[in-house]
Amino acid sequence: MEMKDAFAGTLESGDILIQISPTEKQGVEIELQSSVAYQFGEQIKKVIRETLDGLGIDKALVRATDKGALDCTIRARVTAAAVRATGKDVWHE
Amino acid sequence: MMFVPGNNPAMMQDAFIYGPDSIMLDLEDSVTMAEKDAARLLVHNALKTIDYGDTEMVVRINPLNTPYGKKDIEAVVKAGVHVIRMPKTETAEEVIEVEREIEKVEKELGCVGRTLIMAAIESTLGVVNAYAIATASKRMMGIALGAEDYCANLKTQRSPEGTELLMARQTIVVAARAAGIDALDTVYSNLNDMETFRREVELIKQLGFDGKSIINPRQIEVVNEVFTPKQKDIDKALTIIAAIKEAEKKGSGVIAVNGKMVDRPVVIRAERTIHMAIASGILKEEEVL
Repeated sequence: MEMKDAFAGTLESGDILIQISPTEKQGVEIELQSSVAYQFGEQIKKVIRETLDGLGIDKALVRATDKGALDCTIRARVTAAAVRATGKDVWHE
Repeated sequence: MMFVPGNNPAMMQDAFIYGPDSIMLDLEDSVTMAEKDAARLLVHNALKTIDYGDTEMVVRINPLNTPYGKKDIEAVVKAGVHVIRMPKTETAEEVIEVEREIEKVEKELGCVGRTLIMAAIESTLGVVNAYAIATASKRMMGIALGAEDYCANLKTQRSPEGTELLMARQTIVVAARAAGIDALDTVYSNLNDMETFRREVELIKQLGFDGKSIINPRQIEVVNEVFTPKQKDIDKALTIIAAIKEAEKKGSGVIAVNGKMVDRPVVIRAERTIHMAIASGILKEEEVL
């Protein structure tokens, strides 16, 4: 899928900043920074992967800076960044 | 009804902890144009995931004449929102147009009729058309005053006494009552002046409003204090309801309580006091039955 660099989210408490970039490598690569990475790192990465999978994105570099976001916030921010990166909205035009 | 910006995850997840009767997640004025897409996704995912308990969930959408309105409706209806709040409503046709968009999404989901509509009236034309707006759709559950835009349109500004809002407030309450729906008052933005806020809440309760829009959890306590019936009023209402039930058993039409005749308007007021006492958690339904 064609894509460009795109961001969504903020660095405020309870949020997550997601940057999605095109990559030459196969698969989804995730670089995560989070103060709760030890406890929740795998869960955060799982939500990011599942969200991208649901949007049909199987090749991307994701940089995520987490500030204690809930799963629903992670899903929303990943989707927003993916929509901005691909130009393909999830709602009817 | 507590206003919460639709692009702030922390506020959206914590809002219900403070116990407002209803939460309005905002996609309109509190969200910049560059963040409309992200806020819509946040609100959609929050509504689908967070358990807000008994709190009534409302979303203020962008108007349909913007590029955002239709997508907002699709996102929040798909997430199961209780009420869509229309901003800056001026005519009944605007309500019908929003209803049409809601129905399109509900047909796709197989849940036609699930989503209710509240219209914010924020202009002189809206006030003039208040009753037509209030009765434009069977989904209408309330109309609300938006005072900042209304005052700008009226070519004045808000005063602590609210003289400039009197006609709009009374028109909205009368239209809502005639239509059988709720009337909700505007926000008061100065959090450092709780005395004026309290006076405003007392005024709008006296005018007949069902509730107040708020912008901060600190305002909840004042609204609840003003709207919660006093114990002596609850006791009086319970006596009246008991006397009415007794009279009905005996087949008597007219009753007196403490030497005063009780007619229909007195009973209606007593029933409303009981209803408010139950809603405030002072009385339990089984205590009244």
